[in-house]
Amino acid sequence: MQPSAEFVHWLFATGFLVLGLCLLSEAIVGPEVWNQRPWRAYLWPGTAFLMGIGMWPVMILFTNSTLHMVAHSAWAQVLMLAGGAELALVRGRLSSRYWHLTIALALVVSGTASLVHEQNPWYFSRSAFIHHAMGWILITGALFPLARTFRPRSFVLSAGFAVTFLVVSVLLYSHRDVADIFGHLSPAAGAPHR
Amino acid sequence: MVWVVRAEPALPLEQPRVRRSARTRVVAAIGPVTVLAAVVWTLFQPYRLTLLHPEGQSFWWLAVEPPLLIVVVGLLFSALVAPGLIEDLEDAD
Repeated sequence: MQPSAEFVHWLFATGFLVLGLCLLSEAIVGPEVWNQRPWRAYLWPGTAFLMGIGMWPVMILFTNSTLHMVAHSAWAQVLMLAGGAELALVRGRLSSRYWHLTIALALVVSGTASLVHEQNPWYFSRSAFIHHAMGWILITGALFPLARTFRPRSFVLSAGFAVTFLVVSVLLYSHRDVADIFGHLSPAAGAPHR
Repeated sequence: MVWVVRAEPALPLEQPRVRRSARTRVVAAIGPVTVLAAVVWTLFQPYRLTLLHPEGQSFWWLAVEPPLLIVVVGLLFSALVAPGLIEDLEDAD
């Protein structure tokens, strides 16, 4: 009954899609309009927090290696930290703008974990390629929330932050357990299916 | 008997068109574009939609179908988020 890894990647892709669409809308209308309705202000931080909670079963069930467990638990912790900090900022429990830096931290830790826990080279399989690409996109994408902390009204920074999540979503949706990437698939990866 | 025919309609036939700002149009388009992306994906890779060939599929193949997940997200965004956001945006404009 336990789902294979590709299903989990697709479910998290959906979470990143929700995050991306919400953040893109917020970038377009501006934070004042977006935060006019309280439930909307809680929407994306709440989604991030729930995704952090959802990473814990992944950490417990997918125990391919110690590195996988460490990476998944690191993701869970930083997602919950960033989501929780943003929820507290919306609620007014936290007031310093520097708490927005937890998002940049979450992206850097997530990207590093993605790179570290992928032991195979880029063209080993599609899964390997996606983990390498996702890692570098997350680390590079951390620049957007980092700069956005100091320039919260910048459309370019807000839109770039949203697009980072949308790109990650596309990568995760294209994940397969064993499939080729641009015609490359190592024989050691196993037989591709569908 | 005298019949009186009034020429003018009781109500204007066309409501004056409200011009929407570019931002409003973009927000309104996000949900439909998301759904359209999933439809285009399905056209290119119909095998990713196991609902089209459900015989012999396991639970997860039927429960987690990426194009359907994207359609659901797009529809929910259009139904739940976009209307209120457009209303607030038009008030702000």
